[in-house]
Amino acid sequence: MADYDIPTLKEEIDRETVESVLALDVDKYKYGFETDIESDMAPKGLSEDTVRFISAKKNEPQWMLDWRLEAYRRFLTMTEPTWAKVHYPQIDLQDMYYYAAPKSSPAPKSLDEVDPALIAMYDKLGVPLKEREILAGVERPKVAVDAVMDSVSVVTTFREELAKVGIIFCSISEAIREYPELVQKYLASVVPVSDNYYATLNSAVFTDGSFVYIPKGVRCPMELSTYFRINEKKTGQFERTLIIAEADSYVSYLEGCTAPMRDEAQLHAAVVELVALDNAEIKYSTVQNWYPGDKDGKGGIYNFVTKRGDCRGVNSKISWTQVETGSAITWKYPSCILRGDGSRGEFYSIAISNGYQQVDSGTKMLHLGKNTSSRIIAKGIAAGFSDNTYRGQVSAHAKAKNARNFTQCDSLLIGDKCGAHTVPYIESRNGTAVFEHEATTSKISDDQMFYCQQRGLSEEDAVALIVNGFVRDVLQHLPMEFMVETQKLISISLEGSVG
Amino acid sequence: MTTPILEIRNLHARIEEREILKGVNLTIPAGQVHAIMGRNGSGKSTLSYVLAGKEDYEITEGEILLNGENILEMDPAERAVAGIFLAFQYPIEIPGVATMTFLKAAMNAQRKARGESELSTPDFMRAVKEAGAQLNIDSDMLKRPLNVGFSGGEKKRAEILQMALLKPALCVLDETDSGLDIDALQVVSKGVNALRDANRSMLVITHYQRLLNHIVPDVVHVFSDGRIVESGDKDLALQLEAKGYADFDATAA
Ligand SMILES: Nc1ncnc2c1ncn2[C@@H]1O[C@H](COP(=O)(O)OP(=O)(O)OP(=O)(O)O)[C@@H](O)[C@H]1O
Ligand SMILES: [Mg+2]
Repeated sequence: MADYDIPTLKEEIDRETVESVLALDVDKYKYGFETDIESDMAPKGLSEDTVRFISAKKNEPQWMLDWRLEAYRRFLTMTEPTWAKVHYPQIDLQDMYYYAAPKSSPAPKSLDEVDPALIAMYDKLGVPLKEREILAGVERPKVAVDAVMDSVSVVTTFREELAKVGIIFCSISEAIREYPELVQKYLASVVPVSDNYYATLNSAVFTDGSFVYIPKGVRCPMELSTYFRINEKKTGQFERTLIIAEADSYVSYLEGCTAPMRDEAQLHAAVVELVALDNAEIKYSTVQNWYPGDKDGKGGIYNFVTKRGDCRGVNSKISWTQVETGSAITWKYPSCILRGDGSRGEFYSIAISNGYQQVDSGTKMLHLGKNTSSRIIAKGIAAGFSDNTYRGQVSAHAKAKNARNFTQCDSLLIGDKCGAHTVPYIESRNGTAVFEHEATTSKISDDQMFYCQQRGLSEEDAVALIVNGFVRDVLQHLPMEFMVETQKLISISLEGSVG
Repeated sequence: MTTPILEIRNLHARIEEREILKGVNLTIPAGQVHAIMGRNGSGKSTLSYVLAGKEDYEITEGEILLNGENILEMDPAERAVAGIFLAFQYPIEIPGVATMTFLKAAMNAQRKARGESELSTPDFMRAVKEAGAQLNIDSDMLKRPLNVGFSGGEKKRAEILQMALLKPALCVLDETDSGLDIDALQVVSKGVNALRDANRSMLVITHYQRLLNHIVPDVVHVFSDGRIVESGDKDLALQLEAKGYADFDATAA
C-alpha cells in the first residue's frame, strides 16, 4: 500500500530548497516562557537504544517496535537532503533528546490527575483544557483538545462525549495500544516510511501526536484540536498525527503550536496523514507559531513537516488551511492525493515571514482519479530580510480525466530587503486536464500607508490592517476559533517591519 | 483674540530639490470656511499633503500651528489625532479591507490615542448608519473594500463619511467636487455643511466656483506658484470664474 506510483514526488522534494535562516526580530514572541515541570528524558542522541527506549516508555506492542526499528535502519541509509541553497547550521542529531515527558502523570485518566502546573501553562497559552469551563460558556463553540507537550499527550478533553457517536480522539500512543488494527491499516499508508529523510526519522522516533477516527456516516459534532508545545531544552518534537474519516463522515481539526525561546535551534519534524474515504470530508487547519529565533540569529524552530492527505474514496474532500508565522525555517507542503473519482483537494495558506525567517511552503495536488478538482489560494507576506517562497505542484496523471485546478498565489512585500518567490510545477499527462494559475506580487504602497495614517492609524496598525485585507480570502476559510487569533498573530508577527 | 484653528506662517516646502510652496501665509479662525483656487500644478495638493504630514516633503522654512501648537514635528497619525482631516483628491484603494472595518479601525485608533475607550459595536453601527444615510451610502457599499472599484462619486462620498465620523477640528477638502454629478454634488455639499461648526474650520480646494454656491466660504484665496497671491470674500471666486488667473499671475510676478 505504501508505495504506489507517484514518480515525481521524490524528485520534487529534492528540488525543494530552504535557504539559510539566521535570525528574526521577534523579541516579543509571547509564548517564549518556559514552564518548570520535571521531566523524564531519554538518554541524549539517536540510536537503536533510543528507539527501543521510546517504544518501551509507550508500552508499545512488538509490531510497533519492529516497525520503528525498520524505519530506523532505513534512516541510517539516508542522508540529509543537501539539495541546493540549504545553509542553515547543521543539526546535530546526536546532541538532542528524543523523548521528554512531564514526570508527574504520563497517562492521566482525567483532568484532575493532570499536574496543575501543566494546566496553568496551557491556560497561559490560551488553550482551554478545562471541560467544565468550556461547557459553562454558552457562546463559545465546543472544541475538544488534545494537548501534547514535548513527547507526551498530556490530556484529551471531551472524550466521552465523542465516544458516544463512535469517534475516537486520543493520543497516537494510546491508539497504538488500544486500536492496533486501525493503526496498522492506516499508518504510513499516506506518507510511506521512507518518503523523505525527516519523515523516516519521524517514523523511527515519533513520540506522540493525535489519532482521530470518525466512523461511517458521522459528522463530528465539535472541532477537534491539538496543541503542540515544545518545553524541554534540546528536545526534538516528532509528532505523528493520523486522521481517518470513514465513508460519509466529516471532521474539522485544528492544530496549534508554540515553543519557548531558546538559544539553540530545535527540530520539529512531524508527519500528518489524513485518509478520507467515500464522500468523507476532512478540514485541517493549522496555526503554526513556533519560536522563530531571536534577532541575532539564535535559536528558533526548524520546522520540517510532511503533511499529506489521501482522498481515497470517491467524492471525498480534504482541505488544508494553514497560517504560518513562526519557525526559523519552514519547509512544509501539505498535499492532497486525489485518488478517488470526483475527489477534491483544497489548500489555503497564509505564510508570513519577518526578520531573517525563511519560509518555503506550498502544496502538491496530485490528480489521479477522474473528475478530480483542486483549488489553491496562497498568500505570502514577506517583511524584514526574510524570504518567502510558494512552491506548488499540480499534476494530472494519465487516468485523471477532466482534472481541474485553480491556483492563485499572491505575494505582498513590506520593505525592499525581503523576497517573495512563486515556483509552480505544473504537469499534465492528460489532454482533458485544465489547470489555471494566477500570480501577483504587490507592495504596501507609501500612498496606502499615508492614507491609513492620515486617518489616525499608527504605522504598525496600518500594516496589520492592509495585511489582514490581503489575506482575507484565506482567513474566511479558518474556523472562527482561529480567525481572531490569526488576526492578532498577523500584527504581532509584523511588529517592527516598518519604520 | 481667540487662537485660530489653523495658522500657517511663511511656509516653504520642497520635494526632490524642487521648491513647491514658496511662503504660504494663511490663518483660518475657528468656525470659518476658506476656499483655495488656483491653476493646475500651483501647489494646492502639496499644501494639503504638507498639512497632513506626508513624508516626501522637506519643510525648509515656516510653521504650521494647529490650535496654537506647532505640528511640524508630528507624524501623520499624530496630526490626525490632533484633528487634521484630509479628504483626498484621489482616495487610495485598500484591497480586502471592508469600508466598515476601516472606519472602525480609524475611529478606535483615534480614540485610543486620546485615551478614550473603544466604541462598542452597537454605538459604532449607529454612528455609521446615521452618517451614511445623510450621504446616500448604503450598507452594501460599506461592506465593500474601501475605495476598491468605487466610482469617482462613491469615493468622494466615502471621504466625507470618514470626515463626519472622525469629527476633525480642521477639514481639508482637496477637489472633493471633481468627478461628482449634480445630485452627488448636492449630497456631498449637504454633508459638508452639516459639519460646519463654531469649533471647526475648513479649507476647501476647488477649481469650480459652483461648489462655493453650495459650500459658501468666508474667505477665498487665490493660489499661484506656491503661495497665496490674493484673498477676498466669496465674490472673488466669481471674478476668477469670469476672468481666469492671468491677472493674479501678474501680481505674483
Ligand atoms: N514627487 C514630485 N516630484 C517632483 N515634483 C512634484 C512631485 N509631486 C508634485 N510635484 C509638482 O508639484 C507641483 C504642484 O503639484 P500639486 O499637486 O500640489 O498641484 P495642484 O495645485 O494640486 O494641481 P491640480 O489642480 O492639478 O490638482 C506640480 O508641478 C507637480 O508636478
Ligand atoms: Mg491637486
